[in-house]
Amino acid sequence: MRDTRGASQWRLIWRRFRKHRLAMVGSFIVLLIYFVAAFAEFLAPTTTGAQNENFAYAPPQRLHVFDEKEGFGLYVHGLSSKRDPVTYELLFTVDESARIPMGFFVRGEPYHLWGLIPMDRHLIGPTDRGETVYLLGADRAGRDMLSRIIYGARVSLSIGLVGVAVSFVLGLLLGGISGYYGGGPDTLIQRLIEFLMAIPTLPLWLSLSAAVPSGWGPLTRYFAITVILSVIGWTGLARVVRGRFLSLREEDFVTAARLDGCGRSRIIFRHMVPSFTSHMIASMTMAVPGMILGETSLSFLGLGLQSPAVSWGVLLQDAQSVRALETAPWLLFPGIAIFVTVLAMNFVGDGLRDSADPYK
Amino acid sequence: MLSYITRRVALMLVTLAAVSITTFFIIGLPPGDYVSTLQAQAESRGEEIDQQRLAQLRERYGLDQPFIAQYGKWMSNILVRGDFGESFAWNKPVSSLIWDKVGLSFFLSVSTLLFVWAVAFPIGVFSAVRQYSAGDYVATFFGFVGMAVPEFMLALVFMYIGMRYFGQDVGGLFSREYMDAVWNFGKVLDLLSHLWLPILIIGMSGTAGTIRITRANLLDELHKPYVVTARAKGLPEWKLLLKYPVRMSLSPFFSTVGWLLPGLISGETIISIVLSLPTTGPLLFGAVLSQDMYLVGSFILILSTLTVIGTLLSDLALAWWDPRIRHRYEGG
Amino acid sequence: MATGETILRVKGLKTHIFLEDGVVRAVDGADLEIRRGETLAVVGESGCGKSMMARSILRLVDRPAQIVDGEIWVRRPPGKGGNSDGAAEMVDLVRADRRVVREVRGKRIAMVFQEPMTSLSPMHTIGDQIAEVILLHEQVTKQAARRRTIELLGRVGIPAPKVRVDSYPFQLSGGMLQRAMIAMALSCNPELLIADEPTTALDVTTQAQILQLLRTLQKEYGMAVMLITHDLGVAAQMADQVAVMYLGVVVERGDIVSTFRSPLHPYTQALLRSVPKLGLSAGARLAPVRGMVPHPYQRPSGCPFHTRCDSFMAGKCDLTVPELLRQDDGREVRCLLYDGTAGAGAVAPGAEGRNA
Repeated sequence: MRDTRGASQWRLIWRRFRKHRLAMVGSFIVLLIYFVAAFAEFLAPTTTGAQNENFAYAPPQRLHVFDEKEGFGLYVHGLSSKRDPVTYELLFTVDESARIPMGFFVRGEPYHLWGLIPMDRHLIGPTDRGETVYLLGADRAGRDMLSRIIYGARVSLSIGLVGVAVSFVLGLLLGGISGYYGGGPDTLIQRLIEFLMAIPTLPLWLSLSAAVPSGWGPLTRYFAITVILSVIGWTGLARVVRGRFLSLREEDFVTAARLDGCGRSRIIFRHMVPSFTSHMIASMTMAVPGMILGETSLSFLGLGLQSPAVSWGVLLQDAQSVRALETAPWLLFPGIAIFVTVLAMNFVGDGLRDSADPYK
Repeated sequence: MLSYITRRVALMLVTLAAVSITTFFIIGLPPGDYVSTLQAQAESRGEEIDQQRLAQLRERYGLDQPFIAQYGKWMSNILVRGDFGESFAWNKPVSSLIWDKVGLSFFLSVSTLLFVWAVAFPIGVFSAVRQYSAGDYVATFFGFVGMAVPEFMLALVFMYIGMRYFGQDVGGLFSREYMDAVWNFGKVLDLLSHLWLPILIIGMSGTAGTIRITRANLLDELHKPYVVTARAKGLPEWKLLLKYPVRMSLSPFFSTVGWLLPGLISGETIISIVLSLPTTGPLLFGAVLSQDMYLVGSFILILSTLTVIGTLLSDLALAWWDPRIRHRYEGG
Repeated sequence: MATGETILRVKGLKTHIFLEDGVVRAVDGADLEIRRGETLAVVGESGCGKSMMARSILRLVDRPAQIVDGEIWVRRPPGKGGNSDGAAEMVDLVRADRRVVREVRGKRIAMVFQEPMTSLSPMHTIGDQIAEVILLHEQVTKQAARRRTIELLGRVGIPAPKVRVDSYPFQLSGGMLQRAMIAMALSCNPELLIADEPTTALDVTTQAQILQLLRTLQKEYGMAVMLITHDLGVAAQMADQVAVMYLGVVVERGDIVSTFRSPLHPYTQALLRSVPKLGLSAGARLAPVRGMVPHPYQRPSGCPFHTRCDSFMAGKCDLTVPELLRQDDGREVRCLLYDGTAGAGAVAPGAEGRNA
């Protein structure tokens, strides 16, 4: 009954999943965000490095679509700034008279799509290349928050995927050994898991990342952080795998396969693994948000990725001081991006788990 | 029961041994040992360091010996003399730096744990009993939101709100006048008045998770045959719920301490850094930044030990609570 | 056999299960009657709504199931510690308020369930769970309740009741647990015991013991028993009266001897043919009931049994819902063969309903 393998099993899951309205909305959002991350260079109005000191902490500019005099047309109002004589802070006022026309597929900062194809078209931006526009405001150095959030999605999201992939391999391997062989290896691995789960993760992450040499470049750092996250993160997945293996080992169809003289690897990969793939996918989906939050926390503390690399955690580092927050609350926008992503992923994971459960 | 406790304590000791080895491994991770770091530091300040003192330190930590011997030295120093090593950033013994911070940290974590239970449990029960009611939807929604907001983000938002609308700094655990005062009744009250916000923030995701778990557990139990039996006796509904399915669904509560507590300590660490609370968080953070490894290692060791003990206590509580667990071990 | 007053009358009871994909009419107009001291067996294939009906009587059905129509008349409970059991008036549990329903449960009508292992809470001792009923319905001290519990455990044949009273369910065997369940049901001297497949989850020897125990206790306590079972042998052995259910409807009702000797309804006939008998020649084959119980969402029109019936009359059985028809010997049957028009061939539907 349970082992109605292949298409029908997946169709059943899909049918149940489709009924889960939140999960459907969640998957749509997740796909959208990954799409944005994939085409970050094109979708962002400018690049992460483009800065303009004259627009430090410039507030978000509202996009208008209709003007009383000129009819329809995208534009934003210009900003005029003056320096506070006491604090030397830049104070911005919206200049209602100035209009900066905006357009789609405009030419702007040149970039290499996926680091390969040289382009300079952006989905949206000021039609005049010389203008700078901040739809979600600017940071301390006058860089565009929107562009940085879009670029940051790439790192934050991919670290989730890579991290889960690494933990998945570890979890499947160790959990599988533990569940299939039982006995000594099981006890050993169980102790290891219990031990790793007993340690408060954040202090452990902190201390491990303390060991990452500060001289490392962004890419090596990226991998170091991923490894740190997954070294701790695999335990949950391993537990799921082990539990499934333990219960499956006693199932009749596995006994039948064994009596038929199937080899060990054939039993595992042809008979056992397919019957819990759906559970694994659900567990993996639910592990991704944890990874993303982990990276974000580490980077936020300055121990994960570091500027000039851009991730949501790195961006939130700027929001650490209350003073900066007071002048520029929009520094919290990356947090909203994290919130939406994690929420959507939890919805998807929840829906997957519910629909993968054969007993419901 | 006794044999169960003995076995659990033995297991705990094994885990703790593993924790300490890992910790010591982490301590040794950055290049250069403690003494050479100290030496380098001194030289960068242009000071001369007494060679004899260096040799003494090497001897104290067994730095010339292999890993296992060093580890043995470190452990015996801790166990016998309570000597956790020396913090070179502070130039003080680690043990003098950490104890009151660890105390506050643990106080904060345990308060949060109690808060999480006090809030999450009734809501979870309500949510399950009134499944698909408006209240259930609100609780479920809150559950999802609470798990999706990073704690530090929440702290930032509260800080912003406090600053922007109340003109008040929400950080810290004590008002200025009590900051360095000795403990007295006023200081305790002051602490309590500052405590609710960190507890609220740290407890958010734990509360959300616990509500969801309680709800799911209770939903599983609500339609079990023994509930129908109880109903067929003529018990009033609420009495019945509390005596049977709720009691059953409480079992996982005890077993979740094991994962809730490490999570709370993690949350506590980062929140303390953001809100600059005088707990282990900022000190650990500073130690990590300056690669003050003895300090870092000691924190890990102590926090993990406390967590492991907390988990053991919760397991014992579970055995006391659930006769099935109790008898499984009594039977042999 | 028994001719006492009626203690339970179920009329047109309908319990439907509201699922996402449709409505399952688990009980769809069931009628029953039990008199003091008699044993009624409710028989039928699995999935015909026996258990659902039994639960509906005590209003124990839970979402997504719901009682949508019908009446359940029982004698009004005397109230906690109340006076005698004299000629109490009847009350309809479907419309009664919750307090009355709670007072009936455990006091007037008690229930024993199919799976003793899961029907008792593993977190509480047997004694605690039994004494609870006594404390709930009668004004006695805890000590008295405990004494009575021990006595009850002894009565149902549990060895060393003074020790067992403090055992947890997982420390006892299935048979012992079912005895404890019976003790719990007996604790307030109910006038009706509903036993829902009480022996299905037990092994054969234990089954026989439990049934024997039920019979002894029934005589001792003078209570009526409603025995839900799919086992016609058990029914024949235990019951005075029998009600045969099919797809949520009672299709035949009568005293067990004549019903099993000369069944009226084609379904009862088919059921009885499917039971092995002593003296059946070695080569003879058993005849299972033809076809399958229809899918719950696709309830046949007209007589629910017409899709599997050997006496199916086209144009009639598939169009007309048969009434419960009283026969001369007091038995009742729900079949168009007996509405007096069967022989006359095609008769306009609507002419039925006359007693044969």
